[in-house]
Amino acid sequence: MAGAGITLAATLLILLILAIILGNVLWHGLPSLSFRFVFSGADRDMFDVNKAGILPMLVGTASRVILMSFFVIPVGVITAIYLNEYAKPTSATTRVIRSAVNNLAGVPSIVFGLFGMGFFIHFAGGSMDRLFHPGSAEPVWNKPGILWASLTLAVMTMPLVIVATEESLKAIAPGLREASLALGATKLETVRKIVLPQALPGILTGGILAVSRAGGEVAPILFTGAAYYMAHYPQALTDQFMDLGYHVFVLSTQSPNVDQTRPILFATVLTLLLLTFTLNVVAIIIRARIRRGMRAAH
Amino acid sequence: MTSGTTHPLENADPWAGIRRGQQRRPVEWLVERAIHAISLSAIVGVFLIFIFVAREALPIVLGRATSASATQVIPLEGLDTRSPAEIQKYLGLTPEQFAALDRDAKVDLMNLKLETAKGASKDRDAAVNTLEWRYLLLPYQWSGYDKPEMIWQPVSSIHKYNIIPLLIGTLKATIVALLFAVPLSLAAAIYVSQLSSPRLKEWLKPGIELLAGIPSVVLGFFGLLIMASFLQEVFGYESRLNAFVAGIALGFAIIPVTFSIAEDALTSVPGSYVHGALALGSTRWQAAWRIVLPAAIPGVFAAVVLGFGRAVGETMVVLMASGNASIVSASLFDSTRTITATIAAELAETVFGEHHYRMLFLLGALLFGVTFLSNLVAESFIHRLKKQLEGKA
Amino acid sequence: MKLRCMKNTLLRFLTAGVLFGTLISSPAANITVKGSDTLVILAQKWAELYMAAHPGTKIQVTGGGSGVGFAALQNRATDLANASRSIKADEVAECIKSFGKRPSEYKVALDGLSVYVNAESPLKELTMEQLAMIFTGKIKNWKSVGGPDAPITVYSRENSSGTYEFFKEHVLGGKDFVSRAQTMPGTAALLQAVSKDKNGIGYGGAAYGAGAKALAIKKSDDSPAISANEETVVGGTYPIWRYLFVYVNPAVDKGEVSAYLNWMRSDAGQAVVKDIGYYPLPKPFRSDSK
Repeated sequence: MAGAGITLAATLLILLILAIILGNVLWHGLPSLSFRFVFSGADRDMFDVNKAGILPMLVGTASRVILMSFFVIPVGVITAIYLNEYAKPTSATTRVIRSAVNNLAGVPSIVFGLFGMGFFIHFAGGSMDRLFHPGSAEPVWNKPGILWASLTLAVMTMPLVIVATEESLKAIAPGLREASLALGATKLETVRKIVLPQALPGILTGGILAVSRAGGEVAPILFTGAAYYMAHYPQALTDQFMDLGYHVFVLSTQSPNVDQTRPILFATVLTLLLLTFTLNVVAIIIRARIRRGMRAAH
Repeated sequence: MTSGTTHPLENADPWAGIRRGQQRRPVEWLVERAIHAISLSAIVGVFLIFIFVAREALPIVLGRATSASATQVIPLEGLDTRSPAEIQKYLGLTPEQFAALDRDAKVDLMNLKLETAKGASKDRDAAVNTLEWRYLLLPYQWSGYDKPEMIWQPVSSIHKYNIIPLLIGTLKATIVALLFAVPLSLAAAIYVSQLSSPRLKEWLKPGIELLAGIPSVVLGFFGLLIMASFLQEVFGYESRLNAFVAGIALGFAIIPVTFSIAEDALTSVPGSYVHGALALGSTRWQAAWRIVLPAAIPGVFAAVVLGFGRAVGETMVVLMASGNASIVSASLFDSTRTITATIAAELAETVFGEHHYRMLFLLGALLFGVTFLSNLVAESFIHRLKKQLEGKA
Repeated sequence: MKLRCMKNTLLRFLTAGVLFGTLISSPAANITVKGSDTLVILAQKWAELYMAAHPGTKIQVTGGGSGVGFAALQNRATDLANASRSIKADEVAECIKSFGKRPSEYKVALDGLSVYVNAESPLKELTMEQLAMIFTGKIKNWKSVGGPDAPITVYSRENSSGTYEFFKEHVLGGKDFVSRAQTMPGTAALLQAVSKDKNGIGYGGAAYGAGAKALAIKKSDDSPAISANEETVVGGTYPIWRYLFVYVNPAVDKGEVSAYLNWMRSDAGQAVVKDIGYYPLPKPFRSDSK
């Protein structure tokens, strides 16, 4: 039985690591987390403990993930619908799509950053500038901006949305579809009016997971849009933005006075963790419900 | 219908009966085509990623890029004696630019060329194209060094782009991460899937998977500010940030990956295996260790391979916690510079299309290739597991 | 019921999207500033004060690095380019190709680079030559420079930073940093590392960190050891210092832009410099505008 004890110890150790990280951040971060800190700007000085706020970073992170969901949720959901409702499970196309989705999930985040720079900024942005702003001296689209960062993140998080949506599509009792078809509804009508509403929780989970993952990612936005410091909020799709995760990086590596800025660093980390964790917990709860529903359906 | 048999509609084309009727509705047909087209976006995505990362690196792979800084110099009088076309080419101007610039500007440009040439020609390696494969992979004795070495020094009068130190660095951090994370997550997966009560499992599994909810920049921050000092005190090694610290922090990032895949694999082993073993008098642990684990071994391999892919590609953790020194050594307690951290740290200031920029894209393409392969391998392992279990069940 | 709900959500999403779309409009900034991250906070402070005094002027500041600023200058994407190093020959060439003239260079502040060691180190001073030997890896033990018998851990900055290039050019004489040097993504990380490592040595701008101390530097063996402070940096006796620059296309160096550049280099503008941790320009370099 020693083996069983070891496995239990390993499980507990992992949970302990989690607890240590969270505990540490909570312990050091909570005292400096205040209403003023969260809801004031960094327009005075982002390294000043008494003045710095993280609202610009929150706004930047929020706008890039919201913008991202506009792209990733429709495309992800439609792909999942195709895979589950339309495609023949054994066909070559289906297999290749599934394999591509799997591979996309495994591509390193920094490679998405390179891709965003090579494809979105230089290729797409460059072409748009040549088309819409010929002769303009300054690049309009051919530079890092919130649109390109969001698109890069959308490509990155697509597998999450696809997998979560598919899971909930599978949980829908086949009888519902059959009944709808038997009553004379076309396939599209069935998908739109029967399947999709039922799959809504799963789509939501996928969306939340994507937002939570993208919200904390820094590597893909390093070159595609995040700004070290900006005095104003992003006002156009082509503007750069400040970002919560990138700010954690900036504070822990570039601050002029490490000890003095430590409180705001911990408070920023805590805010970031609170956001991603809340989203994760919500997703886990919804997912658990779907799984229960799935067991009931079959 | 019993739960064991598959639904007749699941494997066959579930909509076969209605296909014919649908073809006559043009709107429906169009929408279906659109859905199909959009569903291909994942393929298009992977394809584009590869194309656009590789495209920027192509000139280096094909040997068309050069970093040699020593060039032929045309003296200032050349502006009057040489043909305009020659001068235009020498100054790297387009015909429009050449026409638009006045004489002063051209003189200025000629002078700049002279200045650059004067600054560069002192070094005996100035004429070397450091982008050739032998300089990328083999040791070379650069001017100012005592012996042949493998050096990554891209910002230098002679750009040294040897990628071996980065490969070694990446490997070191990855190996530590795997050695730390795989046994831990595998043991946890055995416990959660085989030994814990179902009630407990409902808490443990999401609990461990919460670790995946910690952004990697936070893990990097934790490694840099808290873990590094703690581990240094415990182990007493020389440099505070090193492959070991980065590897452990990296391990935190891959535990959720290896855990959930291994757990899935173990859970997918049919309950009849365990029941059979228990009926023959074995303990739950014996059943888990001797029966379930061997049956699920391809899935465990898949977990390790995917964990490897994730560790190789993780950026922020290693950027912050590894010390980023491009050292060629075997010690895990030396600082280390990984491929991902190099790209993240250096790309921002490179000039679009210049060789340093292309070099970083080459590293990116390499990274993409490695993770792509590890994904394929993992997929084939999972496929084998499924087949094996189906065949036996 | 559910369907209507979904339709409503969809509609709301669409309206939100359209609203977002219509909001796309660039702010009417008359002066844009881009470049070095070293300078971005200072530039922002300047912009704030100047805008407060001149309500008609709008100034927009973004960072990205010195190279990014020069690229933007070449593309005419910015009016002013901030830089923590002087412009390189090929960057000048690109500017000439783009607008026919060399960009004008303005020195706007001084930055003294300090060399940091752990607070526990008995060492107080080093010569420039010793520094070069330490950072290129010729000297590997503190014993050789009068310290305890312990190996030296060298901390450096990322090669994308202007600080890295400056230190390499002016202290190392263009030679490569020893490859054992740990490269830190910022001054904070570097100080943090040095303060935790009793054998560590690193360099960076004026910064504060408990556990690390700045060394006094000797130009040569027989010259006095000088520590960095306003008097020595501005007076030029401290050997490791640099100018911080603003570059501008001569064609736009008029009107508002010109007035702003003058103000930066005036006494009023230079008063801000010290708050941020840099050193003000010596009197002769300042502009005489109010």
